[in-house]
Amino acid sequence: MNKIIIDPVTRIEGHLKIEVSVENGEVKDAKSSGMLFRGIEFILQGRDPRDAQRITQRICGVCPTSHSMAAALNLDSAFGISDKIPDNGRIMRNLILGAAHIADHILHFYHLSALDYVDITKVGRYEGSDAVLSSLRKFAERGELGPFVPRYEGDYRLSDDANQEVAAHYIEALSMRSKAQKMLSIFGGKMPHNMGVMPGGVTMVPTTDKIISFIWRLNELRDFIDRIYLPDVLAIAEAYSDYFEIGVGCRNLLSYGSYDLDGKESDLTKRQRLFKQGTVSIDLNVNKLDITQISEEVKYSWYESGSAETEPKFGKEGAYSWIKAPRYGGKVYEVGPLARVMTNYVGHDSRVKELVDSILSKFKAEPKNLFSVLGRHVARAVETKYIADSMHDWLLQLKPGESSYVDYSIPDESQGVGLVEAARGALGHWIEIKDKKIANYQCVVPSTWNLSPRDDRGQPGPVEQALIGTKIKDESNPFEVVRIVRSFDPCIACAVHCIKM
Amino acid sequence: MGKVEEYPIIWLQCATCTGCSVSILNSESPTIKNILVDEILPGKHLNLRFHPTIMAGAGQAVIEEMEETKQRKSGSYILMIEGAIPTIEDGAYGCIGEKDEKPITMLSAVESLGKEALAVIALGTCAAFGGIAAAHRNPGKCVGVDKLFKSLSIITPLINIPGCPPHPDWLVGTVASFLLNGLPKEEDLDEYKRPKAFYGRLIHENCPRRADYDEGKFAKKFNEPGCLYELGCKGPVTYADCPLRLWNGGVNWCINAGSPCIGCCEFGFPDVVSPLYQKMDVEALPIVGRRIEIE
Repeated sequence: MNKIIIDPVTRIEGHLKIEVSVENGEVKDAKSSGMLFRGIEFILQGRDPRDAQRITQRICGVCPTSHSMAAALNLDSAFGISDKIPDNGRIMRNLILGAAHIADHILHFYHLSALDYVDITKVGRYEGSDAVLSSLRKFAERGELGPFVPRYEGDYRLSDDANQEVAAHYIEALSMRSKAQKMLSIFGGKMPHNMGVMPGGVTMVPTTDKIISFIWRLNELRDFIDRIYLPDVLAIAEAYSDYFEIGVGCRNLLSYGSYDLDGKESDLTKRQRLFKQGTVSIDLNVNKLDITQISEEVKYSWYESGSAETEPKFGKEGAYSWIKAPRYGGKVYEVGPLARVMTNYVGHDSRVKELVDSILSKFKAEPKNLFSVLGRHVARAVETKYIADSMHDWLLQLKPGESSYVDYSIPDESQGVGLVEAARGALGHWIEIKDKKIANYQCVVPSTWNLSPRDDRGQPGPVEQALIGTKIKDESNPFEVVRIVRSFDPCIACAVHCIKM
Repeated sequence: MGKVEEYPIIWLQCATCTGCSVSILNSESPTIKNILVDEILPGKHLNLRFHPTIMAGAGQAVIEEMEETKQRKSGSYILMIEGAIPTIEDGAYGCIGEKDEKPITMLSAVESLGKEALAVIALGTCAAFGGIAAAHRNPGKCVGVDKLFKSLSIITPLINIPGCPPHPDWLVGTVASFLLNGLPKEEDLDEYKRPKAFYGRLIHENCPRRADYDEGKFAKKFNEPGCLYELGCKGPVTYADCPLRLWNGGVNWCINAGSPCIGCCEFGFPDVVSPLYQKMDVEALPIVGRRIEIE
């Protein structure tokens, strides 16, 4: 049995180690390890509850906006104002979150994933007159190719022309993701770490000039998504179509739902949302979401078991990660864009069904093939379009000059829950307030689900399951491993959390 | 085509949220493409040899690339550090990778790379001062680079570029100044090793709502016009040029979005400016911000 250790796994957020054992070219065992512990929830204890609104964003600088949404919903609920947020506030929050998802998904496909499929060094052979490609060729000719080499060599399947085209899109996508963050900052103040989302709504009142500026930035992004991003995903899927069969995973998906379409229902599991709440299996069985089914287990994580709080215990016998193992009804669940898209797909969302079916028919594939490396990329691209198109409608629902915020007082004692979908999947924040201060703050984060180690029963986490059984063509260039891992868009700063629920 | 000088850069991510890197991706002019690919100034190219979020490679190959850069370019590479450094249990709470199955702690990487760098840039409040990771209870016993270097007697020139995150211009401007004029002189930096060019004035001095403050017109809740002082604004104790520079390509900044400054560039953030949304105690003002002594 050969061991392949990839540490660090790069082009993700945070510090991840992946170890696989290979026998006769097939992965027999896999371990996913988070390699940094910060303990943000400990840091939150004793603070003013509103400070969680800003501090939890610092869990992750790639997806801070999702944390700001989860924190706001959590604090709304603890302050007893979940049903009182003005429509402007609800819609502006959706627009801020949507802008973040567009930025994140473009970043993930082009800057975190594409180099596994695209041979960017082929820009050295470019002979045309395009300014961007010519400058890339000049870069290649100078000979110092960092940060694009070293890299795995071998399985790059696109033609020179296609490699060059996607390389140019890699550069264009850099400015597009930046543009999405600019759009976000129209209502959010700045990015990363927006300032606009607060319990009670959003800090600023929308005005017509801001709305129109948002609309036209969004239109430019929608054009990029339709004209460049979706076609590039399909072009890569065409060349690497075997990846519709690789990296299947745990076969169960979970979504909290996201983008509130109604602000009056206080129970977030029942609120009407653009993405619906629920679980879906690979047989397309769908079930209602019940958050009392969520547990976290630490047998294989570097934490002391059994106390009210989970204290770090580095070097614990048998443990191999700072990430805990969240489970739903004792079973392993994957979260992320695939879960959202499939929940809506089986929930008869005609727009999502139409987008997904058109892609499936192009590849003569079935819905179960979406449980795969390519399925995750496709789902991410499909939902980017779906979100961006929906945002356009929401912008026109804003009432310029009207309030986006409702005031409140901080209760002496209370509890709250905030459920939302981060770019990478289901994100939950929980709070307990005592003496107007944070007594306990808990985050269960998408990559904690996806990158989790084994649970107390020994069931491997979703990424581990996706790796086990995979055939590795070249053990010194294990493309299959990194393509599988990156298809989950790991975010390890988020994933590492420590306080017991 | 004349000879292009390559400036090797190693970018370490320690106890960070990666927000500093994401902020630099937002650089407007030069764009991140100009920074990575083009000659950022005529005849000068920044050669980013190690950056966990961007680089193509993974695993031992990139660790070897980092070590080879350290050896071959000793004394001539720039070390960027993002995030605080966990020191608990000899740094075991944070590892950047491993070599020959031995984990490399952030602590050991910052020490060994820091000693041999031409200069170190501590990017963001966590790297500069400990920041969020070192906030009260500080579970990983995290420290900023300055404090760590002092404890290890490392004397490599250090520039702090705090901010949570830092504005991309603050880094790009600092690097460009280095390429054109060499390392900053003592008088270019303040007592926190921040370039005065960007951190020379209080937010409050240049705030567009300053007239409201002077006239006593204060917002009592969010959404209202007026100075945000009573909602907890830390502009009066925070040194940064946000009101003039603006964020995200000039689109907006915190106070223009109706949100109080939270003092994210200051030594001691977030503890010394907490609660973030509570009006500052006037009595407390003298101990906040630049008047605090570095431990």
